[in-house]
Amino acid sequence: MKTKTFIMFVGPSVFLMFLFIAAPLVSVFLQSFQVTQGVFEEVIETKCTPGFPAQICTEEASVRRVLDDDGNPVSQTSWVGLDTYRTVLDPDAVSAAFDEGGSGWSQLMTIDFYKALRFTLTFTLITLPLVIGTGLAIALAVNRCVESLKGPVIFVSLLPFIITPVIGALSIRWLFIGDGIMTALLENWTGQDIAMFAQGWTIELLMLFYRVWHVAPFAFVIFYAALQTVNQDTLESAIIDGASRWQRLKYVVIPHLMPLIIFVALIHLMDCYRVFEEIIGFSSQAHVISLQWLTFDYLTPDDSGNRAISRAAANSMLTMIGIVILLIPLLRRTYRDHKNSSH
Amino acid sequence: MSQAKVFQASTGLKVTVAVFLLFWLVVAAFPLFWVLVMSFKLPVDAFSASPLAVITGPETLAEKGGISILDMLLGAVAFYLVYQAVSHWTRGVAERVGFGFTPIGWILGSLIMGAAGLFVFVIILPIVTGAVNWAFGLIPGLSLLAQPVIGITLDHYIAVWFENEFYRNFLNSMTVTAGVVLISLTVGTLAGYGLARTPSSLAFWLLIMALIFRALPHSVLVTGYLPPFINSREILEPFLGDAAPTLYGQPLAVIVVLVSINQPFTIWMLRSFFQNIPAELDEAARVDGCGHFEAFWRVIMPVMWPGVITTGLFSFLLAYNDYLVTALLLDAQNQTMVPAITQYFNRETTTTDQVEAVAAAVSITAPLFLLVMVFQRQIVSGLTAGAVKG
Repeated sequence: MKTKTFIMFVGPSVFLMFLFIAAPLVSVFLQSFQVTQGVFEEVIETKCTPGFPAQICTEEASVRRVLDDDGNPVSQTSWVGLDTYRTVLDPDAVSAAFDEGGSGWSQLMTIDFYKALRFTLTFTLITLPLVIGTGLAIALAVNRCVESLKGPVIFVSLLPFIITPVIGALSIRWLFIGDGIMTALLENWTGQDIAMFAQGWTIELLMLFYRVWHVAPFAFVIFYAALQTVNQDTLESAIIDGASRWQRLKYVVIPHLMPLIIFVALIHLMDCYRVFEEIIGFSSQAHVISLQWLTFDYLTPDDSGNRAISRAAANSMLTMIGIVILLIPLLRRTYRDHKNSSH
Repeated sequence: MSQAKVFQASTGLKVTVAVFLLFWLVVAAFPLFWVLVMSFKLPVDAFSASPLAVITGPETLAEKGGISILDMLLGAVAFYLVYQAVSHWTRGVAERVGFGFTPIGWILGSLIMGAAGLFVFVIILPIVTGAVNWAFGLIPGLSLLAQPVIGITLDHYIAVWFENEFYRNFLNSMTVTAGVVLISLTVGTLAGYGLARTPSSLAFWLLIMALIFRALPHSVLVTGYLPPFINSREILEPFLGDAAPTLYGQPLAVIVVLVSINQPFTIWMLRSFFQNIPAELDEAARVDGCGHFEAFWRVIMPVMWPGVITTGLFSFLLAYNDYLVTALLLDAQNQTMVPAITQYFNRETTTTDQVEAVAAAVSITAPLFLLVMVFQRQIVSGLTAGAVKG
């Protein structure tokens, strides 16, 4: 295919991606160094009240928003360098926390950004092995299943994956909220009064459960498809050599699945790092927040209708650093595949 | 035979596997099943601590009536029949009504099957259960089977859909998803084909860019959109004059945004489907005198529809399930279903509100449930296509 034809085919797609992905990225990068504020002016008013023998006059200074000729408030954008990053990262509060007299870690966790970073990272790292393990176990189990049952089993397994994330989180939440049946069951077992939504760590447990429930089917489907292509000859020779079931799994099946395990892991890391819907579904913002939720929160108009765009931009840029680190292995893998396939 | 014997598992392993599989199925389906049950009960029953009370709904039964054991049996039979019919016949129906043009066939076929299913459940089932209940009620020993035992009420659904005008959100959701699927497939198939048929390194770098774009958190992009979208009127005025629109709150703007966010994933997936089609096919077409575009449209696309349908399903899911973009870029008037439901439960003051939120959640999930029923095979093939190709 000639380059000209190629460009005609990919043109619309590339145009959309540049206009709506690349351009916004640049604009976010620039905005993170800027602050847009309303322009205010100080007005000195003389207020007089009737009095005797003369009026009593006081001069009051008040601050007012400057309006332009059409009556719209005037805003002004100024470059502030790294100031917004400083507001988000709050280095002074960090050093205060670890100085003498500061309470260290727990004080650090009162700053939104570190609170969100801590949760995002632990959440990502804990769910990863759980998702892969659960997905693999389901795939192996379904592979041994009776042929006629496979269809319905896959159907039910796909449901948690296909469901709207917010709704999925909500449906887990409704099982546990107040004296919901799962909470009642737990209370019965432990004999204690349990409130799942009163403290952070129980909410985090529910979130972990939700995420594994939601993503394990994806891992399952991919592993299951790959299990169909395991080399039967190798398996047979392993049996003849007297390999136990466990050894066959470890030395034949898992190595065969390895590229896909890495693929699932990378996709999962990428998606999990963007954790957001759980916070909405479990309404956990008072206890647990994530990096992407923090940006969302800055972008949501506050009580006076203002959006903290520049803080959102700075927070976005900081989030991106993590994404870049996560992407490096994936990019290297793709590059290697590309070089291998072109030879 | 000997091979089968060697692969035979011991009884212990068989039992473990069966127990594990059963456990997983319960875990997978239970939350959804439970939410479905809750949505039909009065709040007293729905949030009762006793599971039995939630299922049988004594208060609901006393106040609103319910269904009998016979109703349930007949309902289960009807569900099984519809499931079988949908999973076996949709393909045939789609081929018959599609006039050889498969996507239209699939859309029409799904609609026909959906309507038929609705017809069975809403019209035929009540008539049949009514008659059977009446007949069993006459037989002294069996009349117990015809007695209502499980309380059910549709009040919350009626409140959600009509009093709270959820149908508006539903229509908005449909507009946005339909737009996203159509545009992203049109743009994506062109790009996917181009990328699959070019060995140049330009294509490789484009794919790498797409991979990076796919990893971006959507909130980062929305941060970039918000200021220009809110001020778009002033920005575009010099070019468009008075016709300059405010993009914030426009469904069309959200469609384009979602299409773009979806592009990286779409082109990767479509490219891997196009790569499965041998390049000899378009070479043959070119030898016969087709241009590149003609070969693409006349020769490649007809064998490509399964891949397009699968990719379309994933575009549908992305647009339908989206919360972040629609919540920030659409105003209350044009809100889609998913953000609308959270506004709902944020004001959960009474338990009735909560059960209404549950009913809304079930309403959002129902179309997805049908989707998996009809397109299970395509979804599985789509998930694996991306993975196996890398």
